[in-house]
Amino acid sequence: MMKRLFGVIPVVFGVVFLTFLLVHAVPGDPVEVMLGESASSADRIQLQSDLGLDQPIYVQFGVYLNKLVHGDWGVSIHSKKQIVDLLAERLPATAKLALLALLFAVMIGLPLGVIAALKVNQWPDKLANLLSLSISAMPHFWMGPMLMMLFALWLGFLPVSGMENGTSIILPALTLGFGLAAILTRMTRASMLEVLHEDFIRTARAKGLAESTVILRHALRAALLPIVTVLGLQLGSLLAGTVITETVFSWDGIGRLLVESIEKRDYPVTQACVLVVALVYVLVNLATDMIYTKIDPRVRFAT
Amino acid sequence: MSRKYWSVWVLALWLIGTVVVSLGDFHPNQIHLNLILAKPSVNHLLGFDDLGREILPRLLAGAQVSLVVVIVVTAITASLGIVLGLVSGYYGGWIDRSLMQITDVFLAFPGILLAIAFAAVLGAGLNNLILALCITSWVSYARLTRAQVLSLRQRQHVIAAESLGASTPRIMLKHMLPLLAAPLLVEATYSMAGLVIAEASLSFLGLGIQAPSASWGAMLRDGVRYMLIAPHYVLGVGLSLMSLVLAVNVLGDRLRDQLDVRG
Repeated sequence: MMKRLFGVIPVVFGVVFLTFLLVHAVPGDPVEVMLGESASSADRIQLQSDLGLDQPIYVQFGVYLNKLVHGDWGVSIHSKKQIVDLLAERLPATAKLALLALLFAVMIGLPLGVIAALKVNQWPDKLANLLSLSISAMPHFWMGPMLMMLFALWLGFLPVSGMENGTSIILPALTLGFGLAAILTRMTRASMLEVLHEDFIRTARAKGLAESTVILRHALRAALLPIVTVLGLQLGSLLAGTVITETVFSWDGIGRLLVESIEKRDYPVTQACVLVVALVYVLVNLATDMIYTKIDPRVRFAT
Repeated sequence: MSRKYWSVWVLALWLIGTVVVSLGDFHPNQIHLNLILAKPSVNHLLGFDDLGREILPRLLAGAQVSLVVVIVVTAITASLGIVLGLVSGYYGGWIDRSLMQITDVFLAFPGILLAIAFAAVLGAGLNNLILALCITSWVSYARLTRAQVLSLRQRQHVIAAESLGASTPRIMLKHMLPLLAAPLLVEATYSMAGLVIAEASLSFLGLGIQAPSASWGAMLRDGVRYMLIAPHYVLGVGLSLMSLVLAVNVLGDRLRDQLDVRG
């Protein structure tokens, strides 16, 4: 447990270093790229020293790290606002979206997977397989517009995009959630199939328990363990998916902030968005591992 | 047989299409001002886009870009990843530990986030797009190769070769690499499907090939804009993308089952 906890430190360090390198990957003079050719030389020198670009690279990294730790994530070139404030403004929207997407994914994926496993090789299984395969082949920027077309434009009972309405969140969350649901369906099916052959399931049936109790209380509970791990890992692709989904649906979260900053060449903001998403992902994975050791007695007693 | 191999047929169709469009007399960028957003017809199977360009040739030109990106990125990242994985798994020790630490860092960036960021700062264009995708997709090959090498090292034929004094490169190339081929092939197939999506995602965000060159992501973005008045545009592009990704994924599943690679 402690080992896992400390193992995160070099990863976080590396993540910070890689995002730090991003600004150095800008071809040519990053100051010129960001400010444009018409900027005054005073502005240039100001930005150059703001970014620390007049220092050797290891000094720059040290300064960058030091500032990050002290909550100084720099200033947006475009809006001149503190980046920390920008992130804090946008993060709740993304968190809300990701959590609802996760909820949708679990609500769709788990039951489908269980049904597929119970009716293995019959039509419900085949249908679930077909659905999850096709959905896996639909990237967010295709799924999003399709859902928009269906629910908002043709059926007309959900808002197309934006975030003024309470129901605006449903379509982007579905867009994000479907992809995860497809993976979850396949995982649940495989995991359930494995568990259903176990001795304790036969015992439970032999005891005369109701079939629903056997499936839900005994089988599903055991089958959930590997699913939790996958869910943690897949939350990453969900976070990455917010970049496109938020752009499609004009949802003002971190993902859209990232795209906007790219369009405005506001690279310090780009850098901060990438960093914050990666850090959240690292923490989520850490938390998943912790939860895993908590809910699986075998792991808990082994360590 | 035809049902079993439909994924291969779909892929073959796309490959032929990309070849035909580069050889034949097609003009993916030619503008017909009287045919802006014209609906599909017998002569123009997928209709026209918002600038009056025919969609089908543009789709095939886009497929060509996609194909080039996928092949180049896969060739570079697979070779790099395999070499790193072989060295790391075979020698172990600090080389292995540092390489794994580095891959851990790359894996800490979810999905295509890092590719988006690099493509953004590197600037638009085909070369930078390829570079950005290369930076982020060598990791899975390195991890897979390393894991396989770790178990192969204990195999008797490798131990036998070692005790007979075979050189390290010989052991890696003759005794390990052939056994790595099957899992790597499956990995490469899935990764190619991912690359098709990644390329389209980046160009959807305006980070890939620039206009007027066709790319699926950019076409989708334009298609979405006109989805109310001309749904044929977005549907044509989207369904094409879906068919290709689905075919590659199904091919991956089939390869995995046939070569008996455990996921």
